[in-house]
Amino acid sequence: MTSRLSQGGLIDRTVTIPFRFDGRTFSGHPGDTLASALLANDVRLFGRSFKYHRPRGVLSAGSEEPNALVELREGARREPNTPATVVELYPGLVAASQNRYPSLRFDLLAANNILAPLFGAGFYYKTFMWPASFWEKLYEPLIRRAAGLGRPATGPDPDNYERATVFCDVLVIGGGAAGLTAAREAGRAGARVVLCDEGPRIGGWLLSEPGPVDDRPAPEWAEEAVAEIQTMDEVRVMPRTTVLATFDHGSYVAVERVADHKPVPDSGEPRQRLWHIVARRSVLATGATERPLVFGGNDRPGVMLSSAVRTYLNRYAVAPGRRAVIVTAGEDGWDLLGDCLRLGVEVAAIVERRAALAQDRLDLARRAGALVFAGGHVGGTAGAMQLRAVDIVDVGGKRHRLAADLLAMAGGWTPAIGLACHLGARAEWSEDASAFLAGDAPPGMSVAGGAAGSTGLAHALQSGARRGAEAASACGFAATAHPVTAATQPAAPLWLMPANRRKAFVDFQNDVAASDVALAHREGYRSVEHLKRYTTLGMATDQGRTANINGLALMASLTGRDIAATGTTRLRPPHTPVAIGALAGMHRGRDYRPTRLPPAHGWAREQGAVFVEAGPWLRAQYFPRPGETDWLQSVTREVNGVRNGVGVCDVSTLGKIELVGSDAVTFLDRIYANTIATLPIGRARYALMLREDGFVLDDGTVARLAADRFVITTTTGEAHAVLSHLEYCHQVLWPELDIHFVSVTDRWAQFAVAGPRSRAVLRAVLDPGIDLADAAFSFMAAAECRAFGGVRARLFRISFSGELAYELAVPAADGDRAVRALVQAGMGEGITPYGTEAMSVMRVEKGYTAGGEINGQTTARDLGLEKMLAKHKDYIGRVLQRRPALREASRPILVGLRPTDRSARLHGGAHFLPLNAPATRAYDEGWVSSVAYSPTLGRWIGLGFLANGAERHGTRVRAYDPLRGGDTEVEITPPCQFDPEGVRLRG
Amino acid sequence: MTYSFWRVAREALRGNTGWKPAWRDPVPKEHYDVIVVGGGGHGLATAYYLAKLHGITNVAVLEKGWIGSGNAGRNTTIIRSNYLLPGNEVFYEHSMKLWEGLEQDLNFNTMVSQRGVLNIFHSDGERDAAARRGNSMRLHGADGELLDAAQVRAMVPLFDFDNARFPIKGGLLQRRGGTARHDAVVWGYARGADRRGVDIIQNCEVTGIRVEAGRVRGVETTRGYIAAGKVGLACAGNTSRVAALAGLRLPIESHVLQAFVSEAIKPLVHTVVTFGAGHFYISQSDKGGLVFGGDIDGYNSYAQRGSLPIVEDVAEACMALLPCTGRLRVLRSWGGIMDMSMDGSPIIDRTPVDGLYLNAGWCYGGFKATPASGWCFAHTIAHNEAHAIIAAMRLDRFATGAIIDEKGAGAQPNLH
Repeated sequence: MTSRLSQGGLIDRTVTIPFRFDGRTFSGHPGDTLASALLANDVRLFGRSFKYHRPRGVLSAGSEEPNALVELREGARREPNTPATVVELYPGLVAASQNRYPSLRFDLLAANNILAPLFGAGFYYKTFMWPASFWEKLYEPLIRRAAGLGRPATGPDPDNYERATVFCDVLVIGGGAAGLTAAREAGRAGARVVLCDEGPRIGGWLLSEPGPVDDRPAPEWAEEAVAEIQTMDEVRVMPRTTVLATFDHGSYVAVERVADHKPVPDSGEPRQRLWHIVARRSVLATGATERPLVFGGNDRPGVMLSSAVRTYLNRYAVAPGRRAVIVTAGEDGWDLLGDCLRLGVEVAAIVERRAALAQDRLDLARRAGALVFAGGHVGGTAGAMQLRAVDIVDVGGKRHRLAADLLAMAGGWTPAIGLACHLGARAEWSEDASAFLAGDAPPGMSVAGGAAGSTGLAHALQSGARRGAEAASACGFAATAHPVTAATQPAAPLWLMPANRRKAFVDFQNDVAASDVALAHREGYRSVEHLKRYTTLGMATDQGRTANINGLALMASLTGRDIAATGTTRLRPPHTPVAIGALAGMHRGRDYRPTRLPPAHGWAREQGAVFVEAGPWLRAQYFPRPGETDWLQSVTREVNGVRNGVGVCDVSTLGKIELVGSDAVTFLDRIYANTIATLPIGRARYALMLREDGFVLDDGTVARLAADRFVITTTTGEAHAVLSHLEYCHQVLWPELDIHFVSVTDRWAQFAVAGPRSRAVLRAVLDPGIDLADAAFSFMAAAECRAFGGVRARLFRISFSGELAYELAVPAADGDRAVRALVQAGMGEGITPYGTEAMSVMRVEKGYTAGGEINGQTTARDLGLEKMLAKHKDYIGRVLQRRPALREASRPILVGLRPTDRSARLHGGAHFLPLNAPATRAYDEGWVSSVAYSPTLGRWIGLGFLANGAERHGTRVRAYDPLRGGDTEVEITPPCQFDPEGVRLRG
Repeated sequence: MTYSFWRVAREALRGNTGWKPAWRDPVPKEHYDVIVVGGGGHGLATAYYLAKLHGITNVAVLEKGWIGSGNAGRNTTIIRSNYLLPGNEVFYEHSMKLWEGLEQDLNFNTMVSQRGVLNIFHSDGERDAAARRGNSMRLHGADGELLDAAQVRAMVPLFDFDNARFPIKGGLLQRRGGTARHDAVVWGYARGADRRGVDIIQNCEVTGIRVEAGRVRGVETTRGYIAAGKVGLACAGNTSRVAALAGLRLPIESHVLQAFVSEAIKPLVHTVVTFGAGHFYISQSDKGGLVFGGDIDGYNSYAQRGSLPIVEDVAEACMALLPCTGRLRVLRSWGGIMDMSMDGSPIIDRTPVDGLYLNAGWCYGGFKATPASGWCFAHTIAHNEAHAIIAAMRLDRFATGAIIDEKGAGAQPNLH
């Protein structure tokens, strides 16, 4: 540990943490980041750049890091592109460098660097075009392989994520100098405060600053302030929590890194937690990012931000170099010089933008033994894998080469205003702050400290206290801003150094150099957005936090416009990249969406049912019996069981809505296209519901239980849409109607008991008092009754199978018991449990429509149901279904079909073509919507829509299915191919 | 200046100092034969084809911001012609054919990459619907293949096949589908139009449309009045506002759609994939970022930003489909304004105002349409009559009932 200073820093030297990087074992201390620990171990080379694969070290000490990206962890937990500067060291940490082959020191793709003149901004738009077919075959695969940064994990993420919500009066974003005073004042006033900070330890820049606050070392002051607010009941301090985005009405989203500082999360602990924060007021105290300076060779490992050098020296007790050169646009470089002098780090020289310097500055340099180049600039750097020397051009233009392994850049500050701009506010240039500031912050948000353009601790502390007190006051608390004393500091201006021949980088990660900005300008890509898109400036994982401002400044100088007129690109969420897993929370795998189980699910599972997803539901698809080897065998048995005896099917998933009110009839008559008013009490009716545009929305049954009480059913798939439609119609269109309705889908279990022997089964389970004789309870009868010895029940004589059939509904809690009792009662009749497949086969045989036919694109006329439409009332969809194009004879109409070859199979989705016509769209006459193997008819049959279909029964067409190599001659039939007179269902 | 490898090499030796602006920055003239309002992909393509195919070169494209600042610069770059309905498929297949020759035509590498578009389905019913659509594509001369679950797995092995809430049953694949570099499409058309004499005028917002005796005469702009023989509107999410300047009320609502890009990673997803059980689509850019999106936010808006519920919904679908993406990070999200029509399909047509033409209703599918949209709109403007390819995309179809409702969602723009 040769770069570790012998004392100081906020690290715990009593504990040693071993970790690995690129296969080598190192050690660090609690309080270290991966970057600080590697620097302490004399590691200077961290990664390779995106395009030219240039060697790169550490630029920063925070989340703005563009260079030191690593693959953290291994296997399914591998996290590519992780900035080493934000990774807290934990025992056994494993990290690897990325985007290099075969090794970090020797990277073959560094050949790109030699070809750099060819690879200027946008070069790929001008070449790779010949021959045309080579793009996909050759160029693009090569580019795709070379591009990308780290390698993603390929196994499912083993960790968990969760979401939580918190409400507060004042949200303070950032726990640095301004954030701490803001939270403290708001907390003292009694406001409910949430303080979020991205770091593990609250304090922000105070932890890097040796200078005094209220006459104490800044870290000590921060510790006391945190201790004070942590005693306040209404204040929640959230370290390791990054606010990602601002939304409307004072809502924010933040991610808390609950367990990223551990090898793996503790048992039951999420890796990260996504917070929805709702705040009446917020104080943005996200600080500022130091600006790099643009000069030739400014990307060599060893060239760092001066604030980063100060952080490594003061907070982590690491000297990131042995001999430093400092280049500064303002006071920050001098503060660093003071630190170096105090800690015994050699400084070869300090290069100052200003030509005239105060005597105390010159004295400081002399004491530190540093040469002073006032009015000079950096002319270049030298070194391979590490900085070896710095070329300094003095004010007179003379070059000086100084040996150095550390070059600290202090280019002034860029306020972190992203969260203030997410709602669309434009950043505005401030001459005073030499920076873009938030113009119109979102309602309720104020900006404090570095984010507001403050430089120097005093201003940050005081503005934070003021904004915190104001925010609490705005929430109705009596608050005051107490004074805090610390040093002041003027803002450093933006400093563009004279250009030189070497690559001078603006965006480090994406390898955008000053020459690329010049090229974009030359080619007319001058709008800041064109600049960004053409050169990829600011599009790297650091989101341009160190790059954008220099790029804009360069473009402004090239166009001759000022920087305010040049403007910035729009700042968009997330403020810091966020794991997809954190955004998804617990909704993944089987829990992606809730699974709804009908009340008799357990019974079906015991029966060995195979289940199928039906919208949110799991339904029994069929019930294989021993010896059956394929689904068709089982389904055929089930159909035969129903047609020749009796079967039972769980239809609980159908939507059920109960309506009551004196205007219920009026309401339903407007909703349904057929007449409801004439429906007697104790009867049910098949009914059709249209959308406003005249297409069919859904079908189902309407049963009248009393004069003012109805139960309607919907299809399983449309249950939600129908309820929404009804709500819309009632709440928006006809609020004056006296009607109440509620979905009772979950309240009632419902079973179809179908087949010629169904009546006997029903008789066995119903309590006395209801006469099932056809004369007393005929087709489409409905009644409330009791069954299974006192259980409340509803009985409907409706049929989706074409057989004599009933649907029996009981309260959901009795559903399991009911189906078992039905099966018990039907034992003597040989009752067959059947699933959705058999149900579907029987409805295709009968020509009944389902989702394949009522698909939102068909009208009542298309479905052959035009006769159902009421002629003497108004209803939703009545007018628009009459539009001429919907009544054209050539519009495909519902038909039945069967292959002329009895043994041929059919597939849904085939298209109808005339016999002997070419297979082109000009001859496309319709499509096959549903198919089934009919055991009853002993052949495959189907439903479909055919142009002029109503007049073509008995004719033949092709069912053309090139996707599956199908081309089958079929005979067109009426939709109903089994018992067209309906003798059986009235039986 | 023609782009070529040799030009790139020569410029490399000369320090890249010889490049010229890709398009001029002209001062608006007093009169143009045609003004196209909207400097997005569609508007620029329209100007390009007007000049190239119809010999109309006295054309201006007016853009209120920078070209490509609307949906052309904020989409998920997918191109495909995998539509069901005849009124759509013939048009999108025409677009696909134009994409296939676009680089050579424009002398600009728009990076058209036919890596395939795969629509995953999860039930027998969805399979039938996919088959119906795929067969329709084949009848239109496009390509389409129906894959079973094993074939899908071979293509996208990292998807969740073993623990999915909605099991993957198969997919409809269009191999000719893929992606194109969205900004390059804008710049390529701009450069091509400019080279043929079209004036591209940025930072020029249309503030009024002058109509006299039922005929358009010109436009008021933030840079003064500009007279025009004909005016074509191609302003996507702002269509309803701009058309209102000519007194038109359109069957269009504006909605926000978000999209997302992850940090760049080594190749993970080769093709474009859509997830049938949630509204979600994903591809990976050449640079390495996963580009993905989902549903529109569902409320009307002109603001280019979205809300949190959709962010979460999209991330959930991403995790459901690709459970290995949990630790990958979303780098950036953005919102664009969709001109949602009442049936989910576009409108390219004349308007009740003589000389005023409309190109709108692209919903969230406008990018892939860019070449054919410009091609057909140019034809419509030049001949004052719609081309046969867009015979169905009429403005009056909502009155006649000849709607093109691909999803069967009805006249509810927030459901398309």
